[in-house]
Amino acid sequence: MISLFNRFYLLGLGAIALVLTSCNSGESSNSPKDMAGNASAGDALLGAGSTFIYPLFSKLFSVYHDSTGLKVNYQSIGSGGGILQLTNKTVEFGATDAALNEEQTQKISVPVLHIPMCSGAVVVSYNLPGIKDTLQFTPTLLADIFLGKVKKWNDPKIASVNKGVSLPDMPIIIAHRSDGSGTTNIFTTYLSKVNNEWNTKVGKGSSINWPVGLGGKGNEGVAGLIKQTPGAIGYIELAYALQNKMSYARLQNKSGKFITPSVASTSAAGNIQLPADAKVSLTDTDAPDGYPISGFTWAIIYKEQKYNNRSQDKATNLVQLLWWNIHQGQQYCEPLHYAPLSQSAQSVAETILKSATYDGKPILTEQ
Amino acid sequence: MNKLNPRIKYRLGMSKLFHALVIVFAFMIAIPLIAILFFVIKEGITKINWNFLTNIPKPVGEVGGGIANALLGSLIIVLVAAIIAIPIGIFAGIYLSENKNSRLSYWSRLAVDILQGVPSIVIGIVIYFWIVKPSGTFSAISGSMALAVMMLPIIIRSTEETLKLIPFTIKEAGFALGLPYHKVILKVIVPCGFSGILSGAILSVARIAGETAPLLFTAFGNPYLNANVAKPMQSLPLLIFNYATSPYEEWHNLAWGASMILLIWILLLNIITKLITQKWKVQL
Amino acid sequence: MQELTSQLVQKPSRVIVQDRKTKYTGRNIRWEGVFKRSLVITALSVLVLVVGIFITLVVQSIPSIKALGIGYLTGKTWDPVSDIYGAWPFLLGTLLTSFLALIISIPFSFAIAVYLGEYRPTGWLSGFLKNVVELIAAVPSVIYGFWALVTLVPLVRKLESAIGVAPYGVGIFSASIVLAIMIIPYAASLGRELIQMVPSSLKEGAYSLGGTQYEVIRDVVMPYTKSGMFAGVLLSLGRALGETMAVTMVIGNTSLIPDSIFSPGNTMASVIANEFTEADRAVYLSALIELGLVLFLVTVVINMIGKSIIKRFTHE
Repeated sequence: MISLFNRFYLLGLGAIALVLTSCNSGESSNSPKDMAGNASAGDALLGAGSTFIYPLFSKLFSVYHDSTGLKVNYQSIGSGGGILQLTNKTVEFGATDAALNEEQTQKISVPVLHIPMCSGAVVVSYNLPGIKDTLQFTPTLLADIFLGKVKKWNDPKIASVNKGVSLPDMPIIIAHRSDGSGTTNIFTTYLSKVNNEWNTKVGKGSSINWPVGLGGKGNEGVAGLIKQTPGAIGYIELAYALQNKMSYARLQNKSGKFITPSVASTSAAGNIQLPADAKVSLTDTDAPDGYPISGFTWAIIYKEQKYNNRSQDKATNLVQLLWWNIHQGQQYCEPLHYAPLSQSAQSVAETILKSATYDGKPILTEQ
Repeated sequence: MNKLNPRIKYRLGMSKLFHALVIVFAFMIAIPLIAILFFVIKEGITKINWNFLTNIPKPVGEVGGGIANALLGSLIIVLVAAIIAIPIGIFAGIYLSENKNSRLSYWSRLAVDILQGVPSIVIGIVIYFWIVKPSGTFSAISGSMALAVMMLPIIIRSTEETLKLIPFTIKEAGFALGLPYHKVILKVIVPCGFSGILSGAILSVARIAGETAPLLFTAFGNPYLNANVAKPMQSLPLLIFNYATSPYEEWHNLAWGASMILLIWILLLNIITKLITQKWKVQL
Repeated sequence: MQELTSQLVQKPSRVIVQDRKTKYTGRNIRWEGVFKRSLVITALSVLVLVVGIFITLVVQSIPSIKALGIGYLTGKTWDPVSDIYGAWPFLLGTLLTSFLALIISIPFSFAIAVYLGEYRPTGWLSGFLKNVVELIAAVPSVIYGFWALVTLVPLVRKLESAIGVAPYGVGIFSASIVLAIMIIPYAASLGRELIQMVPSSLKEGAYSLGGTQYEVIRDVVMPYTKSGMFAGVLLSLGRALGETMAVTMVIGNTSLIPDSIFSPGNTMASVIANEFTEADRAVYLSALIELGLVLFLVTVVINMIGKSIIKRFTHE
C-alpha cells in the first residue's frame, strides 16, 4: 500500500518526467523536415525587439523554418525591450530601429554588432471616416499637430495645405507608442530635425514624454488605436498601414516635394554610403524623391558569441540566419513594403557580420 | 386596512421601493456577464475548427493559422504550476490546521493573507529577478513558478479551513489504533477532507489559468509548438492580450477563438468545483 | 466553547501518542520525523516567499530610491528620455480608477448582498444570482479587457462625443467601469455573509415593534454590519489597485496627469506591464520596480486593515 503522501510525489514525478520526455519530441517532431534539416534543429533561437520589423521577421523566420528546420522565436516587444533583453543576455539577438546610444553601449560594456536588415518608412496614418483624399502635411504642421497646437481637423493650417478636401469638425486624437520604440525614435528624430520647438520642448528618443495623446503598445497597438478611434492620427510602419488598409499622409521633404511613402521612396532615402558601423539615420533625407521619415532596422548581437556557455552551434546558427536575412531574405522585403538593402549597404552588413567571433575565431569563414 | 394613515403608507411605500431597487441593482450584474458570454461565444464559435486547434499562427497578415502553440503552452504552464503549488499548499495547510496557535502559524497565516493580496504583476517582476535573469532566458518554468505563487494562498486556505472542520474524535480514533502521526494525517484526516482540498486545488487552477500579467516577463510567448519548460512558451492569455490589441483582423479572430476556449476551460473548472462542493457538502 | 472542548480532548491524546511511541518501528519514526519537518518547512517556505518578494522589491528599488528620493512619489513628469521619473501621474491614475470603480460598484454589490442575505437567501432565483456573481469573478481579466475594447469603448466614445469631451473612448472612465464589474463579486459575497450573521433576534425585535423591511435593513442590519461592509469595500479596493491586464487594455497608456475622468492615463500596474521589459537604464528599471514596491505595500496595508476588521467582526 503506497501512502497518499507517496502517491502524490509519484504523480508529480510522473508528470515532470512526462513533460521532460515530451520536450525532445515536442521540439523536433513537429514536422519531418525538422529531422532532415539542420543538425541542431532542436535548439530554437530567441530574439526580441522592434515591432517595426515584426511583419517582415515573422515571414522570414517562417520561411527559414520551413527550409532549414531552425525555429526562431521572435517577440515584438519594442526596440527598447530588445536592447535591454540583449543586455540582460535573456535573448540571443535583438532588433532595434534606434542604434544603441552612449549610455546603452556603456551598460552593455562589450562590443555589439549592428547589422542592417532593411529599411522601412514610418507613415503618418489617420482615421477620418468618409475622407477619401490623401492628406498632405508639411513638417511644421506635423510638429504642430503632435505638439497639440493644432487641435481640430478643420484647422486652417491643415486646410491650407489640403485645398479642396472638406475636413470634418473633429478633435484630433494623437496615438503614440506607450513602450520604448525605435519607430518613435525615427519619428521624433525627424521632428527634432525639422522643428525647433519640438527639438527644445520634447526632443528625440525611444520613449519620450508626449505632450498629448493616447499610448498603444507596439506598432500593433498604435495601429489598433488609430483604426478604432475616429479622428485619430499616429505614426506606424508602412507595412502595418497597408496590411490594415489604413490611410496615410504624403509628407513634404527637404526639397519641398510631397512624397507618398512607398518602397521606392524609402529606397531613395536609403541610397547612401553607410559608415563602417552602419549606424546612420535616414530621416529628413536630401534625396529629392526620398520619403523623409525612414530608417534602418538593425539586428543586434554580441560580437563575441561565446558567453553564458553558449555552444558554437548556436552561434553559427544565429550568424547564418542573419546572413540569410541579408541575402536570400531580402526578396521578401518588397512584398511586405520594406526597402531592401542597397548593394553597398549589403556589403557593409556582410563585413560587419563577418567580424562576429566565437572564442576569438571568426564564425563565418567561407560563404 | 385601506384606511392606513399616510405615514404608514409612506413607510410601506419606501420599503417596497427599496425592495424593487435592490432587485433591479442586484440583477443588473447579469448584464455584463451575459454580454461577455454572448460576444465571446458569438465571435469565437465560428473561428474554432480543427485547423484552429492544431496549427500554429501564420506570419503576420496571412490568412489562417491556429493557436496550437498557446493551447499546449497553457496546458503545460498550468500543469507544472499545479505540480509545484498543490503539494506545498496542502502541506502548509495541514501545518496551519494542526498547529493552530504556534508562532510560525501566526506568521505563516499573515504571509498567506499578504500573498493573496499581492498584485499579479508584482509577482511577475519578482520571478523575473529570481529565475529569468539568473538563468539567462525567459522560460515556461518561470511562468509556472509565478502562477504557483498565486495558487498557494488559495490551496493553503481551503486545506486549512477544510481540515479544521474535521472532528477531533476521528483523529483520536486513528491514534487509538496505534497509527503514527503521519499516517493519521495522510490516511485519515486528509481523505476525510479530500473533497474540500480537491475543490480548493481546482479552484486555484481556475483562478490562475487566465492570468496574463505574471507571464509577460516570464513565459514571454513563442510562435512555435514547444514543450520544453526551459524555453519560452506561448499561453492563451498572452496570445489574447497581444492579438486583441493588434490591428490585424486575422489576429482578432484568433483572439476570439482563444478567448472562447479559455473561458470554457475556466467555467468548466468552476463548475467541477461546484459539483464537488455540492456533492460532499463541503464549505470553502 | 468548541475550542475549549477540543483542548480538553487534546491532552489525553498526546499522552496516548507518547505511550505508543515505544512500539513504533524505526521506519515509522523516521517517516514521522520527515513528515513533521516537511510540514514545518512548507509553512516556513510561504513566509520566506513573502519576505523574499518584499526584499527583492526593496533591493531592486534601491538605485531609484537613492537617485530620486521621496520626490519620486510627487514628481509630476515621467520622461525616461530626459531621465526624469515622477510617479504622481500613475498614483493619481491608480487612485482615480480604483475609487471611481469602487463608487460605481458599491450600489450593485450592496444590492446583491442585501438580496441574497436578507430578502431571499434561498430559492432558484438567488441560486442563479449566486452563480452569476461567481462567474463574474471567474472570467479572466484579459477577456474583460478584450470585451471592453470591442463593446464598451465604442459606447463610451459615443457618450464622450455626446457630452463634448475628446472622444478617446479608452481612458480612466472606461477602465473604471471594467474594474467595477470585476470587483463587485468580492464585496457582494462578503456582504452577504455578514448580513446573514446578523442575529435574527435583533431583526425579530425590530419587526415586532412594527418596522418595515426597509427600516429593519436600515436601522438594524446596516449598523450591525457597518464595519464589516467597510472591510469588504477595502478588500475590493485592494483588488482594484493591483488589477493589470484589463486596465492596460483600455486606459489609454499615457504618462500625462489626467485632467478629467475621461482622459487617458496609466495606473502603476499598467506602466509596469508596458515598460518593464524595455526599461534600458538602471534608474528607469529601478523606478518601475519601486512602483511595484509601492503597489505591494499599499495593497498589503489595505488588505491587512480589511482582514483585521473582518476578523474582529466575526469573533464578536
